[in-house]
Amino acid sequence: MDLSQCFNNYFAMHFKYEIQGGDFTNAGQASSQVKQVLKQLNVDPKLIKRVVVCLYEAEVNVVAHAWSGVIDVEVNTERIQIVLADKGPGIPDISLAMQKGFSTASPQVREMGFGAGMGLPNIESNADEFRINSKVNEGTTVEIMVYLSQA
Amino acid sequence: MKIQEVVSIIGGEVLCCNHLLDREVEFAFASDLMSDVLTTQVDKMLLLTGLANLQAIRTAEMSDINCVVFVRNKKVTPEMISLAIELEIIIVECKTSMFSASGKLYTNGLKPVF
Repeated sequence: MDLSQCFNNYFAMHFKYEIQGGDFTNAGQASSQVKQVLKQLNVDPKLIKRVVVCLYEAEVNVVAHAWSGVIDVEVNTERIQIVLADKGPGIPDISLAMQKGFSTASPQVREMGFGAGMGLPNIESNADEFRINSKVNEGTTVEIMVYLSQA
Repeated sequence: MKIQEVVSIIGGEVLCCNHLLDREVEFAFASDLMSDVLTTQVDKMLLLTGLANLQAIRTAEMSDINCVVFVRNKKVTPEMISLAIELEIIIVECKTSMFSASGKLYTNGLKPVF
């Protein structure tokens, strides 16, 4: 199927992925699949990189900190919207979590090359819009928006 | 600089995607911290790392890095090679330290990211 043709004919495409906390073997698979779709849609490579860096950082955060999560991706002719909703311990102080270098990651997460307090600031710098909400002992929701016209 | 030349300069061993060794790289970034790698903004960049796990390959994929050099004689797993082949990412093993490999490549013209 020619996805770029499909993209021209339909207003929006939706994708949904489920992720398991602690599953570092499969961490990044959702981001990889979204990247492949965006390439097939002939989205600008620099924009694809911004999207997948945001998504990959957020996906790793769910794997590293939460018990489970769901990723919803909507692509239309104007923008790419990603919502990651996890069930987990939540973030008690979001402003603190947004500071570069702040991390509560376990040694196992750090051994994987993450957990240095760079993820959320990196998402914010790559996204056109970024929102995060969290409830302690319930979970965290991250919303990422990248506009196609601002490549 | 072609990847073939990179391999020759650092005395590395190519583990997969030998048919892509004529790819060009202009920059190099050396880090074991994948979050730092994900902040880089340049194209045609080579990654040197001692972090030998699947997330190093995934990070290269997301950052549009098409060659990863594993330094300090770190051993790449079959799962990593399988994923790298699927993604057409060249994997190189190198026995020298990250400092030594970086120094040789810098001396021979690869640029730092910042």
